[in-house]
Amino acid sequence: MEREKTGFFGSQQSLLFAIVGIFIIYPFFVSNYYIDVAFFFGIYALLGLSLNIVLGEVGLFDLGHAGFYAIGAYTTAILNTKLGIPILVLLPVSAIAAGIFAYIVCSPIIHLRGDYLCIVTIGMGEIVRLALINNPFDLTGGPNGVYGIDFPSFGGPFVIDSSIEYYFLIWIIVVLSIIGLIRLQNSRIGRAWNCIREDEVAAGSSGIDVKSYKLLAFVIGAALAGVAGNIYASKLMAVSPESFSFWESCMLFCIVLIGGMGSIPGILIGAAFISLFPEIFRPFAMYRMLVFGLVMILMMMFRPGGVWPRKRGGPEFVSLLSRMRKKDV
Amino acid sequence: MSKGDLHTTPERVLETRGLTKIFGGLIAVNNFDATVKKGEIFSLIGPNGAGKTTVFNVVTGIYKPEAGQVIFGEKDITGRKPHQIVSFGIARTFQNIRLFQNMTCLENIMAGQHCRAKAGVWSSIFSFSAQKKEERRIREISESRIEQVGLERFRDELAKNIPYGSQRMLEIARALATEPMLLVLDEPSSGLNAGETEVLMGFLKELIEKEHLTILLIEHDMNVVMGISDKVAVMDEGKKIAEGNPEEIYNNPRVIEAYLGTEEEA
Amino acid sequence: MQVVFEQIINGLTIGSFYALIALGYSMVYGVLKLINFAHGDFFTLGSYLGYTLLVFGSAFITTHFGLWGGMVAAMLMAAMCLAFIGVLVERAAYRPIYPAGRLPAVVSALGASIVLQNAIMVIWGPRYQAYPAKLIPNIHLNIWGINITVLQIVILVLSFVLMGILYYIIQKTVFGAAIRATALDKDTASLMGINFNKVIFFIFTLGPALGAMTGVMVGMYYRQISFTMGWNYGLKAFTATILGGIGNLPGAMFGGLILGVLEMLGAAYISAAWKDVFVFMILILVLIFRPNGLFGEKIAEKV
Repeated sequence: MEREKTGFFGSQQSLLFAIVGIFIIYPFFVSNYYIDVAFFFGIYALLGLSLNIVLGEVGLFDLGHAGFYAIGAYTTAILNTKLGIPILVLLPVSAIAAGIFAYIVCSPIIHLRGDYLCIVTIGMGEIVRLALINNPFDLTGGPNGVYGIDFPSFGGPFVIDSSIEYYFLIWIIVVLSIIGLIRLQNSRIGRAWNCIREDEVAAGSSGIDVKSYKLLAFVIGAALAGVAGNIYASKLMAVSPESFSFWESCMLFCIVLIGGMGSIPGILIGAAFISLFPEIFRPFAMYRMLVFGLVMILMMMFRPGGVWPRKRGGPEFVSLLSRMRKKDV
Repeated sequence: MSKGDLHTTPERVLETRGLTKIFGGLIAVNNFDATVKKGEIFSLIGPNGAGKTTVFNVVTGIYKPEAGQVIFGEKDITGRKPHQIVSFGIARTFQNIRLFQNMTCLENIMAGQHCRAKAGVWSSIFSFSAQKKEERRIREISESRIEQVGLERFRDELAKNIPYGSQRMLEIARALATEPMLLVLDEPSSGLNAGETEVLMGFLKELIEKEHLTILLIEHDMNVVMGISDKVAVMDEGKKIAEGNPEEIYNNPRVIEAYLGTEEEA
Repeated sequence: MQVVFEQIINGLTIGSFYALIALGYSMVYGVLKLINFAHGDFFTLGSYLGYTLLVFGSAFITTHFGLWGGMVAAMLMAAMCLAFIGVLVERAAYRPIYPAGRLPAVVSALGASIVLQNAIMVIWGPRYQAYPAKLIPNIHLNIWGINITVLQIVILVLSFVLMGILYYIIQKTVFGAAIRATALDKDTASLMGINFNKVIFFIFTLGPALGAMTGVMVGMYYRQISFTMGWNYGLKAFTATILGGIGNLPGAMFGGLILGVLEMLGAAYISAAWKDVFVFMILILVLIFRPNGLFGEKIAEKV
């Protein structure tokens, strides 16, 4: 049994190296267009990971996640264009802004159950989007949004301004996030989140502060979405409210469910599906979204737990890092 | 009261004073007083709907009482949140087992250790050495608890996949992992066969002797109640109608009446 | 004062749209615990079918039915088509997924919504479509200084009649009792001999049919329809459902009407641009203080 696990684990390890290798050499062999496609895959991966904390780990139905993404993107856009603060400085600032926003908005509603929480997050997302359209204090630029956002710069000639640099920027952040999230998953915090998802009452009676941990998930999820917003804003050099619609939140929801709740490789597959599918099926033109919808239904029919559901206890792709660590112990 | 208790005068662990809980128009618990002393097994019995589980839910913070107090040790814990009450040292199980179904047995027990650890977000993300040490400790304690209840073969199984009797034991192990002083068990023997019940009784006695715990129990199986209780309280329609040692209760006419009804009714 | 009354009447008009769509959401939600995202698109499809019927049948309708008759005929035809499509979508996209739990069904519902929306776009094209103006009665009345159109009155009357019929079906008939029982406890209901599949069939004919009729009325009222409008109406109707208390059908109706009135009053007295923000704020405030909606009962969780 133990041997079988190591064998399986070994093959997974080589698979992981192969995937990382492909990701590193990929941008050197394709056109800028396809690098950008992979960049947006990275953005969706980061957003999917951020929603996964709330939806996948804690089981809270958040259908307004694009709101947090918007807060991050607009924080970057406004502070950069009005005050000239560099993008890379704004990266943590955007994360903190989105996190604080989540804390303030979610504190009073965190006691709501299931679908009531769901509709409130929808409402929250819509309020953010409508507020952006309405251009409060002349900050958000109304329906046109904010444009003229800088490139991220490390000072001097080190400026991220080409597709390939953006590609590496987003994927490095995705990889760092994944490492952080795997560690969280395997910590007392990750377990507390999962317990709440499984049974709130039992979690409380096992000594877990249910409300605080739910709030924590929202704050971390929002902060990560804020990071995605920061990079998205600087890549496009412009932000507008239509990028943060209810539709966007729904797509993020689908990433998590198509991939598999709480499963990090699943989220990557889900993000790939949502971001690459419309590109691959471009030839279908107006039929492509029709096919997209049909595939969504079919996926749920044949793999209702997601393409790559999280496995517990057994050998697992995502617990690779922690397993390596455990071996040393 | 000689079951390995080091103290000569048993001290109070839990006391309820005038506890009252109302649902809508129904008085589920009516002015309930009880005192549980250190090292004893205190059983709460009574017909269905008597309000026993409601007393448990008030004690463990799931419901807030309309009136009355819950005193744990020297502390008034009335109306505190469940997780706070766990951290004070009261752990519970549920009548219809509430495990974290899609988590492994070991993870279920590790969840119990949550309130005894303190690693935060940053130390978990960066895996600081204090956090690693703490995780190792949580794992060791949980492993020893899983062995204590004899479920090490189910270590990596999902909780929902193990047999019913094992699920009951796992829930108790999870409660024990919170390092409680008082263990509150809601019908631990329900659904167990005679052999499993026997094992459970032995296990509970052993806990009292070796870990100096105090146990508060709701139980329907009279063999268990009579076999292991030091003290029994009987509830009917929200009120406590009798209290005493098992023999006293066994022969108390009011108790027999509550269970069987008066002769005129029958 | 006139403005208030006019806004309330306008609010009730769109509120009755929300209410009728919300009923479809609420029935499905009550029985299946599923947020049926495709419901908004049933409504859109109904609106487009009504549009086609009116355009291609315009000569026939005007000579045989008259203006009002044409409207009712279009509504009924659209309702029949949508009842059929509703059941079809349920069979194809939802039924195979029930055993897997409710979250996969949500994704499937989103998928169904995307399919329906894009099918509408492929069939009728991505541009706005205008309801044939000559078929829409346009008579303004002035009652005690309040400006109101006859169409509004007809819509209000029709909506309330439809809501009344549905209320009667749900509260007084055996079918309704079956739906309510299934919503409360599916397993016990089926042990009592209620055929779950029949209940589903019933709610997936009734809900989309109501949605389709609403779609025709919306087309008549605003004269312009687009293939994406289902999302917006669906979102509002879902909000109404929750505002009233999930699974509570009279609550959903009132939720819709309240939402419509709030929206119009918000538009008049706060600002048209911020009216939806106002609506969602109210929703959030209501839920903070009444976590089970306006008419939802507090259910103590059994522990």
